[in-house]
Amino acid sequence: MNDINIDVTESINNELNTNDVVLFMKGTPDFPMCGFSAATVQVLKNLGISFSSINVLDSNEMREGIKKFSDWPTIPQLYVKKEFIGGCDIVKEMYESGELLELLNSRGIQVNPS
Amino acid sequence: MPLEKKIIEELIKSSIPDAKVIIEDLRGDGDHYSATVISKTFDGKSKIEQHKMVYNSLEGKMGKELHALMLKTKLE
Repeated sequence: MNDINIDVTESINNELNTNDVVLFMKGTPDFPMCGFSAATVQVLKNLGISFSSINVLDSNEMREGIKKFSDWPTIPQLYVKKEFIGGCDIVKEMYESGELLELLNSRGIQVNPS
Repeated sequence: MPLEKKIIEELIKSSIPDAKVIIEDLRGDGDHYSATVISKTFDGKSKIEQHKMVYNSLEGKMGKELHALMLKTKLE
């Protein structure tokens, strides 16, 4: 069985505990390696929020670990205050409907929409 | 490995029987799809739960054989 690796769980928890907004993505915000990751970064940039990002392509354990951790089969994955918000489609939909801005406001995240 | 449009639709319908499924092959390569799934069973569920229901119907193919599926779920 592929049990979730304890070290990976710990580093995910550590990341979520120390950063309000965390994006698990392929590539980096400046050089996304996948269209879905790029689109999600664009939403966060449009909202002008600062976020931490984890490049899952750096570690296969992280890539598989975060999928099990969130029980979500795809990357990117957005977390706000330790809460899993969704992947690219949900984040985009929430952004377009204004729900994402509302959620960020309610969680006390500073936004600066362009 | 590409997955046929018809198979995706059948998988979704077999686990969400009332689902209306609209699938578009975005690039014509059998690997980048957009799917809109409409079902009354989404009622009262969060977006994450709704998307998980669809992912679960794809029996682990999501993120593997099926690389890119843009997903929209709706109640009506």
